[in-house]
Amino acid sequence: MTIDLTDTTTGAIHEALTQARRRMGGPASGMVLTLIIVTDESAQYDAVRAANQAGREHPSRVLAVITRRPKNESRLDAEIRVGENGPGETILLRMYGPLGQHADSVAAPLLAPDVPVVTWWPDDAPPAPRSDPLGTVAQRRVTDAAASDTPLETLLTLAKAYQPGDTDLSWTRSTPWRSLLAATLDQPYPELLSGEVLAEPDNPTADLIAAWLGHRLGIEVRRGESGGPGVTEVGFETPDGKVAISRPDGRTATLSWPGRPERRVALHRRDTAELIAEELRRLEPDEVYAETLRALAARH
Amino acid sequence: MTAGPGSPEGLAPANPGVIAGLDELAGPVNPLRDPRDRRIPRVAGPCVLVMFGVTGDLARKKLMPAIYDLANRGLLPPGFSFVGFARRDWADEDFAQVTYQAVKEYARTPFRDAVWEQLSEGVRFVSGSFSDDAAFDELADCVRKLDAERGTGGNYAFYLSIPPGQFPTVVQQLKRSGLSDSGGHGWRRVVIEKPFGHDLASARELNAILDGVFPPEAVFRIDHYLGKETVQNILALRFANEMYEPIWNRGYVDHVQITMAEDIGIGGRAGYYDGIGAARDVIQNHLLQLLALMAMEEPAAFDADSLRMEKEKVLSAVRLPADLATGTARGQYSAGWQGGRQVRGFLEEEGIPADSRTETYAALRLGVDTRRWAGVPFYLRAGKRLPRRMTEIALIFQRAPHLPFSATDTEELGQNALVIRIQPDEGITVRFGSKVPGTAMEVRDVNMDFAYGESFTESSPEAYERLLLDVLIGDPPLFPRQQEVELGWRILDPVEDFWASFTKPDQYPAGSAGPASAEAMMARDGRAWRRL
Repeated sequence: MTIDLTDTTTGAIHEALTQARRRMGGPASGMVLTLIIVTDESAQYDAVRAANQAGREHPSRVLAVITRRPKNESRLDAEIRVGENGPGETILLRMYGPLGQHADSVAAPLLAPDVPVVTWWPDDAPPAPRSDPLGTVAQRRVTDAAASDTPLETLLTLAKAYQPGDTDLSWTRSTPWRSLLAATLDQPYPELLSGEVLAEPDNPTADLIAAWLGHRLGIEVRRGESGGPGVTEVGFETPDGKVAISRPDGRTATLSWPGRPERRVALHRRDTAELIAEELRRLEPDEVYAETLRALAARH
Repeated sequence: MTAGPGSPEGLAPANPGVIAGLDELAGPVNPLRDPRDRRIPRVAGPCVLVMFGVTGDLARKKLMPAIYDLANRGLLPPGFSFVGFARRDWADEDFAQVTYQAVKEYARTPFRDAVWEQLSEGVRFVSGSFSDDAAFDELADCVRKLDAERGTGGNYAFYLSIPPGQFPTVVQQLKRSGLSDSGGHGWRRVVIEKPFGHDLASARELNAILDGVFPPEAVFRIDHYLGKETVQNILALRFANEMYEPIWNRGYVDHVQITMAEDIGIGGRAGYYDGIGAARDVIQNHLLQLLALMAMEEPAAFDADSLRMEKEKVLSAVRLPADLATGTARGQYSAGWQGGRQVRGFLEEEGIPADSRTETYAALRLGVDTRRWAGVPFYLRAGKRLPRRMTEIALIFQRAPHLPFSATDTEELGQNALVIRIQPDEGITVRFGSKVPGTAMEVRDVNMDFAYGESFTESSPEAYERLLLDVLIGDPPLFPRQQEVELGWRILDPVEDFWASFTKPDQYPAGSAGPASAEAMMARDGRAWRRL
């Protein structure tokens, strides 16, 4: 059910929610977190959809904070969706005028009691997420450097302001690659002399993988450029020859290892819903990400 | 914090025993793995999965889809290969086609061509009967070729999805053809499904067959009813929380009911089911495992050995009722209406002799002779053609010793209950008394419900996925070992002997909640079964 409230207050939203829940027999009782999405009108649809998909794994209250027309008079419009796209509740909060500068005053009363808060900026990341008014209320703050025009600079800015609980979707995107790389080194391997990560020029995930490998392995890992899509190859020079995982088509990776048959493994690129679902799975600070960011900053 | 890869500070083990155990298994350290890196899943190493009984329902509906789902989640290694063995005149492509259809129809994760292509490259088929030496030699060749072609490193898992009667032949063939012997290169594992025998003697016999060929740690016993997720959920509820453990004993608990109800009949399983029955089919393994998890003491650590030790301790403290005639009940479903359809009785099912004494419903009252549980009965029941499919554990608490309300106020107040729902809709329900809104003081039972958010989602792994992955990784924690299997039979054997000696199962109409004798068994104790 969808409820539209025009020129409203958080009290009225609460009341509408309670009533909706009562009418539907309390479908949203098992919420595990509140997810605040800071976005604009053009991007909200995709972000909310991804959050709702992730909500099937993590039933949550989704608060989409949308700022509109900063020069208008202050006004709050709310669109409440309950029981439409799976479990949980979605509230689109459209803030007009100066209210947009005080979004936290609207979000704070609407946080689901007792459960953790996650804030997600699908588009432009604030330079210091932890100090952002909507970031301070959250245990976990999710940015996406890849969405900015200068991903690497954005990542370096975020690295400077890093606080435990910060995370970035370009790091989340590296998980399948990192997991395959870790699995590759589960077996005895020759000495690794140096490494290289190939990807599209503006791919922060590749920068993070390179920094991670360099830091963990203690070798030089270069960042090379390719035509994409995404990350296309991670390779190591060894005394026996080159050990490499390449994925030219964005779907299937081939592991080549000197003196062994080539092996293929599916390594597809994941959509935003899957990335958000992974982010929401663990809410404690990601120390490995913090180390990798530090290593990245040291490289540049 | 400046912890480098080699010195994970802040990881001081709360329980040194756990970490020590891990170290032994770990082998050389992989610099890319870090216990703090929770995002990277454990991926199986290069290996071949050889499956016997690929034409069965289980293989088609569960195992093949689970393999695909694992591949889709990126949990299978590059080069993973899957070999089928059966008496069919198939080429590799035919078998790949069968697998493809099973995956398309039953996989839980979305179908991706790239994943399937990569998986299908490693699909092989060997045709032959279990007594055919040449076929097993061919199988041995086939997996060795895979080692060379796909780099599977001589690691083989054998999945015996076949009737137990054929185990000896297959296991002997594996030994004869040299497949069971790794010769120090790679590992060998064998997976068997319940039932693990039909009584203590046969369970030991079965174990002896495997024991001669595979070391105990290489034998994985799969009880697919008891997914790892369920076991972990129960352990987390009990041992990660402070509020349940203090009341988890005879001081507060009146009795415990463990139920596994199925709405289906025996279907096409007549050949297996006749002579086995509900008690051997699910009580001996599944329900007793649930009882053990509910009743056991806290394990010293969350690892295989500590867990097994506690389960074995509590299973050896289980006592049967003094009088088996009043402490047990069994029944057979007769024709009736179930779920809106008219269904046949058990004795009219195809393949069941008209004088079969196999029970389709069994109920038992057990005691657990420990300080924690003395005097608290554990009621176990399992049956087919009951009103609905449901597995649950219910802790029924004692009534409050004194109620400061008038008797009429609390007329509708029952006993508090904590119910762990296992399937469908895994979750926890707490039943307690609450005031009915209004001017009158009236207290009535209400439910508070928690459903695992996981259960809605495609990304929570299915039981078989986790089981298969554990086998391929070589992680044994939650598989029962032989000792637990034997303890289960020790509990059940006297009951089966008693049943075999004289009584015939009572009849109950399909779609009802079981035979009257089961209700009477509870009524004698002044209790009643929870409604199905």
